[in-house]
Amino acid sequence: MSKQDYTYAVARIRALETHLLNQDDINQLLATADEDDAVEWLLARGWGDGEEAKDGETILEYELDKTWDIVRELVDDMSTLDVLSYMDLSHDIKGAIKKVISDTVDPETYIHNSFYSDEDLLEIVRDEAWNRLPDFVADDVRKVYDAAVKTKDGQLIDILMDKLCLQKIASAGRISDHQVIKDYAERTVAVINIKIAVRAQRTGKSAEFMRMAMAECKTINLDLLIKAALTGGDAIIEYVEKTDYADGSEELKKSLSAFECWCDNKIIDLIKPQLRNSFSIGPIFAYIYARENEIRSVRNILMGKRSMLPIGDIRERVRKMYV
Amino acid sequence: MELGIVYALLGAAVAVLMAGAGSAIGVGVAGQAAAGVVTEDPGKFAKVLIMQLLPGTQGLYGLMIGFVTLTKIGLLGGTPANVSTAAGLLILAACLPIGLVGLISGIYQGKTSASSIGIVAKKPEQFAKAMLFPAMVETYAILALLISFLAVNAVAV
Repeated sequence: MSKQDYTYAVARIRALETHLLNQDDINQLLATADEDDAVEWLLARGWGDGEEAKDGETILEYELDKTWDIVRELVDDMSTLDVLSYMDLSHDIKGAIKKVISDTVDPETYIHNSFYSDEDLLEIVRDEAWNRLPDFVADDVRKVYDAAVKTKDGQLIDILMDKLCLQKIASAGRISDHQVIKDYAERTVAVINIKIAVRAQRTGKSAEFMRMAMAECKTINLDLLIKAALTGGDAIIEYVEKTDYADGSEELKKSLSAFECWCDNKIIDLIKPQLRNSFSIGPIFAYIYARENEIRSVRNILMGKRSMLPIGDIRERVRKMYV
Repeated sequence: MELGIVYALLGAAVAVLMAGAGSAIGVGVAGQAAAGVVTEDPGKFAKVLIMQLLPGTQGLYGLMIGFVTLTKIGLLGGTPANVSTAAGLLILAACLPIGLVGLISGIYQGKTSASSIGIVAKKPEQFAKAMLFPAMVETYAILALLISFLAVNAVAV
C-alpha cells in the first residue's frame, strides 16, 4: 500500500485543535459550582450531540466516539494509531473474560475503544471466537483465557492481560516508522513498569510476580528495577533518579497518583511538537492522545464535583493540556 | 528548416511544462490542506483559497515566458522566423531558469502554503503573517522569471 499523504488530514486536525480545551477553559470548568453546572458549561462549549447526551458520562463517551470516528475518516491504515487504544482494549477483554468465567454481569467496567462494543467482546469470549480479535492479540488472548478457565484467578487474568498489552505497545513502538509513536510506546511501557514496581513493593510481591507483570523496554533495566523494588520504596526512587525519568522521582516521593500525573504530562510535552508538524501522522496521533487526555481530565473534574471535593484536590487530578 | 526553431520551441515547452507542473503540484498540496480546514470551518473558505492560489503564479510565469518565446520565433504570427541552431539553443537556455525554478518553487510554495493554512485554521487573525511565508518562496520564482524574460528578449533571431 502506498504511503498516505496526510496534508488534508493534518489541516483538518489543525481546525479541530481550536476546539480543544486549554488551561483557561479547565480553570473555568473547575470554577463551576457543581456537576450540573459543569455539564452545562460543556454543553455550551458544544460538547455532546445536543440531543441525547445530557449527563456527563454520556457526553464524554460521545466525544470519545466522535474523536475516533473523525480519525477513522482521516486515516487509511488505522493500525498505526491503534496503539493508543491497546490499554482500553486490554481492559475490555480482561473484563469480558472475567464476566464469562465468573458468569457475572457488570456493565460499568467497559471502556469505549475503537475496536468492539461490550456485547461483541462478550460474544467473542463466550464463543471463543478468537479469530474475530485483531491478529496481533488473538492467539495471546486465547492463552490467557485458557489459563483463566483453569485457575479462575482474577489477578492472574489482570497480570497476563496487562503484560500482553504492554508487550503489544512496546512492539507497536518498535515497528512504527513514526518517532512520536516510538517515544510514546517506550515512555508508556517504562512508566507502567515503574508503577508496577511501586505497587509490588507496597504489597510485598515477589521478583517472580514482577517479572511476570513487567514488559521489556529500552529505558528501564527490569533486573535493576525489580532488585530496587525488593529492597524498598526509597531504592525504587533511587533507581528512577538514574533513568530518563529522573524528573518524576520527586513526584514519586509524593504519591503514585502524582507520578501518574507527571507521566501523563510528560507525554503531553512529548507530543507538543506535533502542533508544528504539517505533513505526517504525528499531529493526528497527538490529537487523539490530547482528546483522550482532555476527556480524562474533564471526567476527573466531573467526578470531583459529584463528590464535592475541594477545587485544590480536583486540580491535582487534572492533566496538562495540549493547547 | 533550421534546427534552431525546434530548440526554441523546446525552450517554450520547458518553461510552460515545468513551471506549470510545479504550480499544479503546489496548488494541489495547498488545496488538500484548504479542504481539510473548510471541512471543519467553512467560514475560512476565502482566506484559505487565497493561500491555495499562491503557488499558482509559477504556472503563469512559465506561460508568460512561453508566450514571449513563441512571439519571438514568430510561431504565433504564423510565419516562423529563421532561427539558427545557436540562437535556438540560447533561447532554450534562457527558458530554463523559469522552468526549473518554477517547478521547485511551486512545489515548496505549496507545502509552505499548506503549513500556513494551518496557521489560518487556528489563528485567522494572523492571516497576513501567514501569507508572508509562502510569499517568500515567490521571490525566487520572480527572479527566475526576470532572468528568463531578459535572456529570451536578448537573443537575436
